[in-house]
Amino acid sequence: MTLDADTILSVRNLRTWFRTKYVTAKAVDGVTFDLKRGQTLAVVGESGSGKSVTSLSIIGLLSRPGAIESGEILFRDRSEKVQDLAKLGPRGFRAIRGREIAMIFQEPMTSLNPLYTVGDQIGEMIALHNKLDRHEARKRTLEMLQAVEIPDAKNRLDDYPHQMSGGMRQRVMIAMALACNPSLLIADEPTTALDVTIQAQILDLLRRLQEQMGMSILFITHNLGVVAEIAHEVVVMYAGQVVEHAPVIDLFARQKHPYTKGLLACTPNAARDLEPGGTRKALYSIPGSVPPITNLPPGCAFAPRCEYAIDACHAMPPSLTDAGADRLSRCLRSSEL
Amino acid sequence: MLRAAFNRLVGMLTVMAIVVTIVFIIVRVTPGDPAAVMLGPDATAADVQALRQRLGLDGTIFQQFVAYIGGILRGDLGQSIFLGQPVTTALWMRAEPTFFLTLFSLGIATIIALPIGIASAYWRGSLFDQAMTAIAMFAASVPSFWLGLIFIQVFAVQFGWFPTSGYGGPYTGFVERLHHLVLPAATLGIVSSALIMRFTRASMLDVLNDDYVRTARSKGMTEWRVVVKHALKNALIPILTVVGLTAALLISGAIVTETVFALPGVGNLIVSAVLRRDYPVIQGALLIVAGLYVLINFLIDMLYLLVDPRVRY
Repeated sequence: MTLDADTILSVRNLRTWFRTKYVTAKAVDGVTFDLKRGQTLAVVGESGSGKSVTSLSIIGLLSRPGAIESGEILFRDRSEKVQDLAKLGPRGFRAIRGREIAMIFQEPMTSLNPLYTVGDQIGEMIALHNKLDRHEARKRTLEMLQAVEIPDAKNRLDDYPHQMSGGMRQRVMIAMALACNPSLLIADEPTTALDVTIQAQILDLLRRLQEQMGMSILFITHNLGVVAEIAHEVVVMYAGQVVEHAPVIDLFARQKHPYTKGLLACTPNAARDLEPGGTRKALYSIPGSVPPITNLPPGCAFAPRCEYAIDACHAMPPSLTDAGADRLSRCLRSSEL
Repeated sequence: MLRAAFNRLVGMLTVMAIVVTIVFIIVRVTPGDPAAVMLGPDATAADVQALRQRLGLDGTIFQQFVAYIGGILRGDLGQSIFLGQPVTTALWMRAEPTFFLTLFSLGIATIIALPIGIASAYWRGSLFDQAMTAIAMFAASVPSFWLGLIFIQVFAVQFGWFPTSGYGGPYTGFVERLHHLVLPAATLGIVSSALIMRFTRASMLDVLNDDYVRTARSKGMTEWRVVVKHALKNALIPILTVVGLTAALLISGAIVTETVFALPGVGNLIVSAVLRRDYPVIQGALLIVAGLYVLINFLIDMLYLLVDPRVRY
């Protein structure tokens, strides 16, 4: 188990399957990527692409019947010890969750427990992993609320979640996640449920907190606009596999996989879509839909929807190959794109 | 909190006013002359007239109603025809066994139902869950009088661990009385635990899939803490509701069980009053049972306030 000194997380050939008596859904099927210290890696894909299952595999919160079938999830903790999270038991995960790896979720409205004050919920996180008395824990809680820029933080400590707006609750979630100084933050669509203006504030906050605290972020999203705001590197997933992997600037400059190209074309862009006369260009949409994960086509999973597909694409699944400097693509025709 | 309590109190008094009126009407709409019905076919006209006067049945409906309400407000529920004592005294003397029986059975029901319901939800679909579901169905469909008789046969007659019936003599100590209550309380408790168990399971299933439970797990705490501190507390409102309803049902369930175990409680009093057509006692007992029902609901409403900060009345 070796890991480059500046790599904090290395997912290698991860397979997370949902086996039932009748079918096996290969939600994540051979995913590989590295996340560097202090950087943000965005995992992009539609619903059902396996991006959330990947993140839940890392933090060990898969719900049944989901289970890691094979692969490694190498994680470097703060004492520089490298562990394989794919083989970690419940006790091992308890020491890691919250303290080393923290997570924020899509729905700030329902992710906080409605029956406890926000101060209690952040304080619980601190008390779980530190030997602090009540007073010190409360002080640290207040500091965290101030760090996530909640106005009048002192008076909001004893508020219940229902007394706060969605944006404020997501700030509370972030304060809670970062309360124990984790080295990795998994953010599963943290801005999807928020208004656009609030979305920008939260992204901005995450970026600043990353500069201050130095944690790495694994950012799960379906929104390429958000990716452009926050990511250093991007992994694009389709039907449980990585189809493209590139530094963020290169990816937006040129896409080496037709799916990424399509995704980008689907993103609304006021400057591009609204012509001077006031007429609107029709928004592009990728034809067809994501194939059911239990019944994938024999060749490239994207081939049936792909305008670049040739006969070879339908014959055999392509592998992830080099597609220029620092980038990978799972497409036979990547060099032509 | 105080405001909420006051609001609920006003609601509670309204309900009681309605109950009092309904009880009044029920007795008046009994076919025929209540006095004649009570005394039976052999009574003389003079006897009937005397009883009518004693019951206050000779005035107009309005006069009767005023007299009846006035009595209730003074704490006077009338005079029992057969016991030769005021209804309030008769009820009070028999309140103790019923009170402890209800409390004891509710305790047994909750202690059985809560852990099993939680475990069933946590390991849903497992063999344990399926077995407990089957047992709960069985417990819910067993008549309490039958279970009571079986318990007497096995634990009192065969093993001799508990008395077969009664509540001890008038000078029996508290512990000995509790000993008399074990079998009846177990009977009532087991039968009513099924409902609480099913509600606990359903309510826990709901919350175990909630986002905040996943958040709790992501914080790195033990499963025990996730389930008890974060899930159970959220599942508690429906559970409290059904525990309250069960408490109310137990009061009426006690009627049958007290008869089987010959406990001198309110249930027993009601049964004998019905058999003897002792209307004042029936009327008084109805009022007290309904009053307890309303009171329990009030207490449960107050508990909601303690559990959930979002609840406002």
